[in-house]
Amino acid sequence: MYDAEEFMPLSAEEKAGAETLRPSRTYWSDAWLRLKEDKLAVLGLCVIAVVILYAVFAPMLSRYAYDEMDFNFSNEPPGLVHWFGCDMFGRDLFVRVAYGARISLSVGFLASFISLFIGVIYGGISGYRGGKIDDVMMRVVDVIYSVPAMIYVILLMVVVGPGLKSIFITLGISYWAPMARMVRAEVMRLKNEEFVTAARVTGASSSRILFRHIIPNAMGAVLVTLTFSVPGAIFTEAFLSFVGLGVSAPMASWGVLSSDAVPAMAIYPWQLFFPAGAISITILAFNFLGDGLRDALDPKLRR
Amino acid sequence: MLKVEELTKHFHTSSGTVHSVDGISLTVSKGETLGLVGESGCGKTTTGRTIIRLYEPDSGHIIFGGHDITHITQREMLPFRKRLQMIFQDPYASLNPRMTAGDIIREPMTIHRIPKDEHSDRVNHLLKLVGLNTEQAGRYPHEFSGGQRQRIGIARALAAEPEMIICDEPISALDVSIQAQIVNMLEDLQKSLGLTYLFIAHDLSMVRHISTRVAVMYLGSIVETAPSDELYTNPLHPYTVSLLSSVPIPDPEKSSQRKIIPLKGEIPSAINQPSGCKFHTRCPNAKPECESLAPVLQDKGNNHFCACPFV
Repeated sequence: MYDAEEFMPLSAEEKAGAETLRPSRTYWSDAWLRLKEDKLAVLGLCVIAVVILYAVFAPMLSRYAYDEMDFNFSNEPPGLVHWFGCDMFGRDLFVRVAYGARISLSVGFLASFISLFIGVIYGGISGYRGGKIDDVMMRVVDVIYSVPAMIYVILLMVVVGPGLKSIFITLGISYWAPMARMVRAEVMRLKNEEFVTAARVTGASSSRILFRHIIPNAMGAVLVTLTFSVPGAIFTEAFLSFVGLGVSAPMASWGVLSSDAVPAMAIYPWQLFFPAGAISITILAFNFLGDGLRDALDPKLRR
Repeated sequence: MLKVEELTKHFHTSSGTVHSVDGISLTVSKGETLGLVGESGCGKTTTGRTIIRLYEPDSGHIIFGGHDITHITQREMLPFRKRLQMIFQDPYASLNPRMTAGDIIREPMTIHRIPKDEHSDRVNHLLKLVGLNTEQAGRYPHEFSGGQRQRIGIARALAAEPEMIICDEPISALDVSIQAQIVNMLEDLQKSLGLTYLFIAHDLSMVRHISTRVAVMYLGSIVETAPSDELYTNPLHPYTVSLLSSVPIPDPEKSSQRKIIPLKGEIPSAINQPSGCKFHTRCPNAKPECESLAPVLQDKGNNHFCACPFV
């Protein structure tokens, strides 16, 4: 039998000790825990980290400069001295591919950040305002979206000349359109949420509602779109350089390196293999990461 | 405190005009609680949201604290938003999931320019006032239960030190065991802070508990208002009578003796409203003249008003 005394209420002190608070978990730390479970996404993240380290440090640490020619090593195959071999002018491909990574990655990230700033603000205002303003703003997006990137580059070449600058401007002009559309759709969904009504009752201004309440709730979807837009930009740059509209010698991007290697593809296949492989692996890694992020940020989507 | 005169709010949709609020008049005096009850879809939530100017009223007047706020701009409305706050029905949807409890409660203070150095103390004070732990200020809404979230919603409504709060079904999304806690807390807060409530609900027993006076709404119009006890002991309008007869009684003997007066059919569409008395299609004692005669609230004595000429 039990004694009634065993069932005495806790004293205030005991109560304070018995209350356990588990550490607070934010939305982002939850998402990170889920992302860590996804092997492909982690692999993608590791590959991206390796490519970034390679791009930053390989040219610094190597004995060779990216534009240093040595005709004794012309078309040298991969070996211990030149890990990725050399091109027809005897330039070290390990350094040149790393140098190309710098350009390709910076194009990819820059285009994505332009799309982040312009796309989020533009799409946010369009979705939040709605009505006629939304109609006009979205038609502008449609027009920008419907013109192929090639046209911008060719037109810009006339004005600013070929090279990295025109590629940056082209990607800047065209890459924010899908982001703006996505953000607009998210904002239109979120602006009818009850917590937005609550903010309005409190007296919050439109900009406060948009930037404090609506956009933070759309950041998950924004991050996923951002991750998917990086490989798109890298590929566009590679493609434009490949057809000769991008950076010019002695600078190197992955697209230029691939393009240079194509004529001698049958005899010196490694010259094509390394830059093309770098493009493929990087794009694949970003897609894995994007898929993983999408699942981690919205677990309901996963099957 | 609040006086609403002949307020109407219509929504124009592709299938016709929805007469959500159709000429409503009510007054709420300082320190009292007016319960507004009715079936879902009768326009009680729209009434609350129109009063707080989330919707633009079509006609009528809203007079708050002696000022006509019917058509003032949102900018002019700001000082009144400090004085008139709202508690929402769904505690899961009405808190921003990316803000901590502390940030949610702090936001009205930032908007209404309460000095920054007072914020933390006031957040802690409000958390204690609604029965939460001050350590919980850094937590996100998903870490709280429904009842706790509603407490955060109440703390947010109190943060700007309002004089009046519109409670839009604050308990109907909560578990029954929590409902009483929240209602009791709202009553305590009313006493200690001198608040005025417009309490919107469909649960008659809870409304009786908290309200000084009750207004019964049917299809966008008020059919009966009376002091709380008077309405429950002596309901006059046939709609109120049948509503009260459907309240469950927790005593099987009394319950079996009681006669439930069921209503025929569904609540009519707010687009094609019945002519005359809107209730005549479902009224158990409808007379032929009810189809054409639009009734108005008549004084039946004892501060009891009823919109049925036959009682």
